[in-house]
Amino acid sequence: MAFIDLSKNEIQAKVVYYGPGRGGKTTNLLYVHQSMSSQVCGKMVTIDTKGDRTLFFDFLPLSIGKVLNMSIRIQLYTVPGQVMYNTTRKLVLRGVDGVVFVADSLKVQKNKNIESLENLIKNLGDEGLSIADVPLVLQYNKRDLMESNIPLLPVAELECDLNDGLNVASFEASAANGTGVYETLREISKRTIKNVIQKVGGQIA
Amino acid sequence: MNLVLTKNDIGKLEEIISDQLLDSGAEHVVVADLSGNLIMERGSLEMDDVFSLAAVSAANFAATAEIARLIGEQDFTLMYHKGGKRNVHFSRLARDYLIITLFNDNVSLGLIRLKLVNAIGEMRAIFGES
Repeated sequence: MAFIDLSKNEIQAKVVYYGPGRGGKTTNLLYVHQSMSSQVCGKMVTIDTKGDRTLFFDFLPLSIGKVLNMSIRIQLYTVPGQVMYNTTRKLVLRGVDGVVFVADSLKVQKNKNIESLENLIKNLGDEGLSIADVPLVLQYNKRDLMESNIPLLPVAELECDLNDGLNVASFEASAANGTGVYETLREISKRTIKNVIQKVGGQIA
Repeated sequence: MNLVLTKNDIGKLEEIISDQLLDSGAEHVVVADLSGNLIMERGSLEMDDVFSLAAVSAANFAATAEIARLIGEQDFTLMYHKGGKRNVHFSRLARDYLIITLFNDNVSLGLIRLKLVNAIGEMRAIFGES
């Protein structure tokens, strides 16, 4: 649920990074946080377990400029990817305005990617949303591991597994070194804000 | 559902918060939605991380509601954390919003709760609920 503050001419929208556990959702946010100036990007909040797994969510507020004279503020969230944390994922998805699905390119994660996307579709459905109506971008992460001779899923196979019925924008990425992180963020921000403005355009004109 | 608030709406919210809560001794009041968006803040504290406060408070509220559901309750009516110097009280406002009130030990929890009931009653109309 986006919030439009006409006294400050500001639009706030919520983008959630979704995907299987250990896929690189938090790494995406960490890269954005580390590489952006503090004027644009707020403090990153992480609620995780003693290890490096996200327990509840990561949160990063960003100011990304102006559209139609309105300042745009995007709140980035990640969900915990592990299967057992579905209730938490549903809580974080509440009021979502855009989704980045971070798929793990490792060959062994093929089924986990498909299960996680099915879980996203189901959880959006429980919120009364259809995946076709929510701005969505796919990111195929960990492509850099190709150089280390680790078996990866070819992009064509990932497209076939995940993007066949969706036909949304997809990006190859390596969140650990930043490749594809900004391309993904730029695309989801553009789609999310366009969608919000289409929905409430009459009210802010 | 998206929320659009006009300057007039924000002005009314600020007035209610000032009259009911800040004048009664609350230090800072934050209004957020249950998705974690910050709607407004008012008070005397310098809050650098108010966006994080709104996001984590919404998550905290949602998690607590889930605990209530697990033990057969619909909701907990009182959500309050007591700190060494500062306390925080969370109240649901209409169906989808949250008021976070920060106050110190010079003000009693009872007074904050009483004033919040009045404030929430006045604010409901702005958020489209009677």
